[in-house]
Amino acid sequence: MIIPHPLLGPRDSQEFTYLGDANLIDRPDWQAEDAVDRFHDYLYLRDNPAGEHKELWFHEQGDRSWLVVTRNTLTHEIISAELARDVARTRGRSK
Amino acid sequence: MSQTNRIDGGLIDRARTLSFRFDGKTFQGHPGDTLASALLANGVRLMGRSFKYHRPRGPISAGSEEPNAIVELRSGARQEPNTRATTAELFEGLDARSQNRVGSLSFDLLAVNDLLSPFFAAGFYYKTFMWPKAFWEKLYEPMIRRAAGLGSLTGEPDPDVYDKGFVHCDLLIIGAGPAGLAAALTAGRAGADVILADEDFVLGGRLNAETFALGDDAGADWARAAVAELAAMPTVRLMPRTTVIGAFDHGIYGALERVSDHLPQPAQGKPRQTLWRIYAKRSLLCAGATERPIAFENNDRPGIMLASALRSYANRWAAVPGREVAIFTNNDDGHRTAADLLAKGIKVAAVIDNRKSDAPGTNRYEVLAGAQVIGSSGRLGLSSISVRLQGGETRTIACQALGVSGGWNPNVHLTCHQRGRPVWNEALAAFLPGGALPPGMTVAGAANGAMSTAGALASGAAEAVAALADLGFKARPADLPEAEDAPVRISPLFHVAGKGRAWLDQQNDVTVKDVKLAHQEGYRSVEHLKRYTTLGMATDQGKTANIGGLAVMAEMTGKSIPETGTTIFRPPYTPVAIGAFAGRSAGKDFRPVRQTPSHKWAAEQGAVFVEVGMWLRAQWFPRPGETHWRQSVDREVLATRKSVGICDVTTLGKVDVQGTDAAEFLNRIYANPFAKLAVGKVRYGLMLREDGMAMDDGTTARLAEDHFVLTTTTANAVGVYRHMEFCRQCLWPEMDVQVISTTEAWAQFSVAGPNARRLLQKIVDPAFDISNEAFPYMGCGEITVCGGLRARLFRISFSGELAYEIAVPTRYGDALVRRMVEVGREFDAIVYGTEALGVMRIEKGHAAGNELNGTTSALNLGMGGMVSKKKDAIGSTLSEREGMNRDDALTLVGFRPVNPAETFAAGSHFIAMGPEANAKNDQGYMTSVCFSPNLGHTIGLGFLKNGAARKGEVLRAVNPVQNVETLVEVVSAHFIDPEGDRLRA
Amino acid sequence: MRYSGFKVLKEALTGHRGWQPAWRDPAPKSHYDIIVVGGGGHGLATAYYLAKVFSKSSVAVLEKGWIGGGNVGRNTTIIRSNYLLDGNEPFYEFSMKLWEGLEQDFNFNAMISQRGVLNLCHTDAQRDAFRRRGNAMRLNGVDAELLDTEGVRKMAPFLNFDSARFPIKGGLLQPRGGTVRHDAVAWGYARGADSRGVDIIQNCEVTGFRIENGKCLGVETTRGFVGAGKVGVAVAGSSGRVMAMAGINRLPIESHVLQAFVSEGLKPIIPGVITYGAGHFYVSQSDKGGLVFGGDIDGYNSYAQRGNLPVVEDVCEGGMSLMPMIGRARLLRMWGGIMDMSMDGSPIIDSTDVDGLYFNGGWCYGGFKATPASGWCFAHLLATDRPHETATAYRFDRFRKGLMIDEKGMGAQPNLH
Repeated sequence: MIIPHPLLGPRDSQEFTYLGDANLIDRPDWQAEDAVDRFHDYLYLRDNPAGEHKELWFHEQGDRSWLVVTRNTLTHEIISAELARDVARTRGRSK
Repeated sequence: MSQTNRIDGGLIDRARTLSFRFDGKTFQGHPGDTLASALLANGVRLMGRSFKYHRPRGPISAGSEEPNAIVELRSGARQEPNTRATTAELFEGLDARSQNRVGSLSFDLLAVNDLLSPFFAAGFYYKTFMWPKAFWEKLYEPMIRRAAGLGSLTGEPDPDVYDKGFVHCDLLIIGAGPAGLAAALTAGRAGADVILADEDFVLGGRLNAETFALGDDAGADWARAAVAELAAMPTVRLMPRTTVIGAFDHGIYGALERVSDHLPQPAQGKPRQTLWRIYAKRSLLCAGATERPIAFENNDRPGIMLASALRSYANRWAAVPGREVAIFTNNDDGHRTAADLLAKGIKVAAVIDNRKSDAPGTNRYEVLAGAQVIGSSGRLGLSSISVRLQGGETRTIACQALGVSGGWNPNVHLTCHQRGRPVWNEALAAFLPGGALPPGMTVAGAANGAMSTAGALASGAAEAVAALADLGFKARPADLPEAEDAPVRISPLFHVAGKGRAWLDQQNDVTVKDVKLAHQEGYRSVEHLKRYTTLGMATDQGKTANIGGLAVMAEMTGKSIPETGTTIFRPPYTPVAIGAFAGRSAGKDFRPVRQTPSHKWAAEQGAVFVEVGMWLRAQWFPRPGETHWRQSVDREVLATRKSVGICDVTTLGKVDVQGTDAAEFLNRIYANPFAKLAVGKVRYGLMLREDGMAMDDGTTARLAEDHFVLTTTTANAVGVYRHMEFCRQCLWPEMDVQVISTTEAWAQFSVAGPNARRLLQKIVDPAFDISNEAFPYMGCGEITVCGGLRARLFRISFSGELAYEIAVPTRYGDALVRRMVEVGREFDAIVYGTEALGVMRIEKGHAAGNELNGTTSALNLGMGGMVSKKKDAIGSTLSEREGMNRDDALTLVGFRPVNPAETFAAGSHFIAMGPEANAKNDQGYMTSVCFSPNLGHTIGLGFLKNGAARKGEVLRAVNPVQNVETLVEVVSAHFIDPEGDRLRA
Repeated sequence: MRYSGFKVLKEALTGHRGWQPAWRDPAPKSHYDIIVVGGGGHGLATAYYLAKVFSKSSVAVLEKGWIGGGNVGRNTTIIRSNYLLDGNEPFYEFSMKLWEGLEQDFNFNAMISQRGVLNLCHTDAQRDAFRRRGNAMRLNGVDAELLDTEGVRKMAPFLNFDSARFPIKGGLLQPRGGTVRHDAVAWGYARGADSRGVDIIQNCEVTGFRIENGKCLGVETTRGFVGAGKVGVAVAGSSGRVMAMAGINRLPIESHVLQAFVSEGLKPIIPGVITYGAGHFYVSQSDKGGLVFGGDIDGYNSYAQRGNLPVVEDVCEGGMSLMPMIGRARLLRMWGGIMDMSMDGSPIIDSTDVDGLYFNGGWCYGGFKATPASGWCFAHLLATDRPHETATAYRFDRFRKGLMIDEKGMGAQPNLH
């Protein structure tokens, strides 16, 4: 596969390491009343669609960016790739 | 008698003669021959035996679709089983043997299977061989295994080298027949980057096998001229002998180039084959079409082949399987073969054309319209065929060869490699590319149903223009010569009705009857059919067989062929040597080797090295007279604890952490607090995964307010760094913190033992006071050594001794170790390896890889108290789950043998005194064991249920796989200096 | 109809006219006591044991395509029970015992061949871990042998002992491990279930669940609504999309593609199953002669049943470094299956929050060997509403409780299990 790196252009997926569901960005509040339950859902329950999937890839043999790649799990078509840091910020992780 | 069946003409080089051997007999052929064409020219039709019934077989094709003529090529370590004689290029000295026979090829003892064939119907083995139960493995299976299989490997390592190549292009054209050449000319002239790949060793495809003209030229001449023009174009890369094997994601194609297979052995420094990864913006599949057979009783005798193959052998290779031939066809193409053979002076006994009124008439040979071939004779090769005439009467026709034409199947294989599903075309009676093709791929020529030469040329040029237009090229279709443009006229016929066996899959011996039986037994979906009968599962992947099986099944179910299904082709297009996929990553070169900065020095000292991940580390340093590794290791341990030892610990991961939020960042990734670590201090850190299990541990030094250096274990260096980047970029993007791996930037040595400070004082520049008071335990600092070389010094200890780790820029590592050994001589300093390092850490009770095994929590490791509840840290919340906080949780403790003379092994399990040794009574397991030269007996670390509270208890360490059981006492994990006085000395 | 040597003989002499369909092709009824969704190995085994062991007479298996078309027909055919952890080992040994009597039990030769499974080790730490695992197996009453280098050499002299990047230091052998003709497992269970009254309904895709007041009443299918007392879902790689139809949108499972490979047929050269401990490669040789081999999953979520070149190359690199004699054997076919990779590498056989809806999944790439026990245990749960004694740990709530069954110690990252 070829991943369209937002900074570096097309790169072979072999340069990357895969993590999984991009919801792993949304780490819960440790001080919440039901923190253990929230962390359980966060860590163990995954989006696993047959279709478009937002997922985390690390450019390990490259610029060491974490990317959020939107990819179709049926066709492997890649719809977009964004810097995970930007995604994290838009999801409100910069506090 | 030489080359009795060699005729005039052809694209072989008659000026040179090549000698080759088949089954020990020597023959002659010419450059340009394949093994099959040369054997045919020499009058050899029998080239192999079938898989199940051991029927005598000759080639049915002249290409990579060949199921029958497969041989063991070459000998010794280069022996290659299952090589198609039809594609193997002849070279001087070629040595081939027939395979899958017991006895000789002409007298194969296992041909008895053919007589027993009624018992060997499809799936018979699923219904029997079950009684008595034990007989399957003892008798039936060994018998079946011995009989099964085709060619053989020698068991010797493959001596050849394989390469990998990576190449990019605008347009990859797959197949260099008329469509491919027209496309390449069009694209090349437009200046596009073009790759033209073809599996054959001569480009041109069927143009080399046909007699009709292109414009004023013979087809082969036009092809040669086109190839010459392409070869001169700077942006065109021609890749003959290259099979595109698969269409993978995002325009990546795998292609195998047979660089040296046409030579006796690869030239010095050359690979046997190269596996290319082609990154193509667009691809154009011009793979042509494959003729398919018609099944009839005993249609598998040597001499019976596809009509087009007969034509290819005659036209391109000037070889015929016999001087008297017949043709069996259901379409006009069969008549081409008759005409071409006739023109070559071969007697055409008859053309049996299944069509009644559509069969073309001619006075050049006899046409038996509305007739069918219903049988054949000839034990080891065809001698005659039986024909049922239109009127029903039977006629026997003598012939040594029969060309069969059942129509042509477009080679849609690569269109199926992703989501493509071929669609049925009634007019062609064949499947055409359909469904979602691999993105970027289009199809031209016969592969797309343009079956005439003119059609192929035109569609190749047009599709090239279209593909290039997507890329912004304004290409004009190449000027094309006039060429034959005959329509396809076919009356579908896949098998002739009859009672005898009619072969569909010749290699696997699947007959029409087998398909009918599969239907009768309910195996009706195409996939069930394939799996139950093994149709299409042979080395030819059913290229000529699948469609026939599908047609018979359709007939049985009363459905149409497309309703019955289609079979999907998977990569590779043709089988590929495993060695080619591996490339150079084999043997010692399987993975790169990482060497430590002191590697060269250690090698000079005669160190024994050990693989630690990719690293090679010195395991111990034997000295003269030491005959057992334990002698060396014991010496290294004792000497270190007595005076001082040096060890290269560069392999530990090092991560530089900088930024105003660096302290807070570390505070979150470590379970224990880090925010308040003072500048100039080091702290042990335990890093958890989010699930609360220990991920890694190490030390972190604060060099400045906003600058930390963190170490990881060797094994986890990459993973921990990746995790830190994840935390930084994905979880806490607001933090001002930067991390970078510096593992390779610093050479780092441990200097341990009572004289460690004294040794270091000899190299540390005088400006730096490293006395116990100025540089206490867990201190750190940036210093200079050896007269100004910048260095980092950490007072940390894995061994439990007064110890330091000193780091210098990597390129000085070799010099530093040499200097330290030199100045250490007065202290009898030694250098120790990983084994002594391991002994000392077990003596000290430090956890390492065996304990940090991914299933142990802080609590298990005896560090539950370190997990701060007052802060947010990775893993702290889920550490609170009930299952991870049980009263009887495993905890890390030490063990010693009750009888000091006894020993035990890591991986033993603990069972209390009394109860039976079984899983229910399992109390835990031993993780690390060594002989402690300081204590004089074996010691161990292990996880024991509620272990912390069980010190003094005697247990059994059971090791049933080695049939050993040892009584052990639970003790503190800190065998040496439990109070830590030595650390602080 | 019973299969036997005598029957084969008789049919051979009478033109094979007497063979009947291995299973019927019934139309779905309006209601069954128990519906199993998924006609793969696990679903068919579940139905078989529901009928045979738990005497359930009203059972249907609904399959969207053809039976045995999922992972049971796309794997590398290995069976073994060489597990480490308490939650797993008794279950897989139960499965092994069922394999050992399966052919006689369901009267179908699945060519169960216990030629041994040998895991190689290449470091001292790996050998320690193997010793721990071998001992855990023995404490569970399972066969295990720890071999040193010489022991391995005796079994497999063709391995690379001379120029290996990662030297072979020994191995853990389970002599009872081996291989099975995978398709035959699906067919044998299907035939056995059918003959006991189970309706096996192919080309019947479940398109939804009818759930009222928290109770599952049946399934909507491409062939209409089918009512059920209980519905068990055993759809492996499709777990996510099928359970989503029941409103269970997020599972502790990701779907990943695993590729497998087979070479051209060769005369016998590899004795049992051999796995490389320093690379991603394992291999056996089928009765037909093909080397059947595989390695790691591709590593990204996928439902595509096909993979990419890097993993093909990685697997062959492992193969060539371990047994350089296979360089000239040709890879004939590659294919991909969709693995239901769970969060700790271990499966789930459990009820769900929907009354009457049960789940069987999370088999990662080890589902084939589990087929008999998975079927039996799922049948047990469906029939009795209690977990089978060997499957008590396979619950959804183990993650909430911190009771993961993590053989590899990789944590909640499915592509590492």
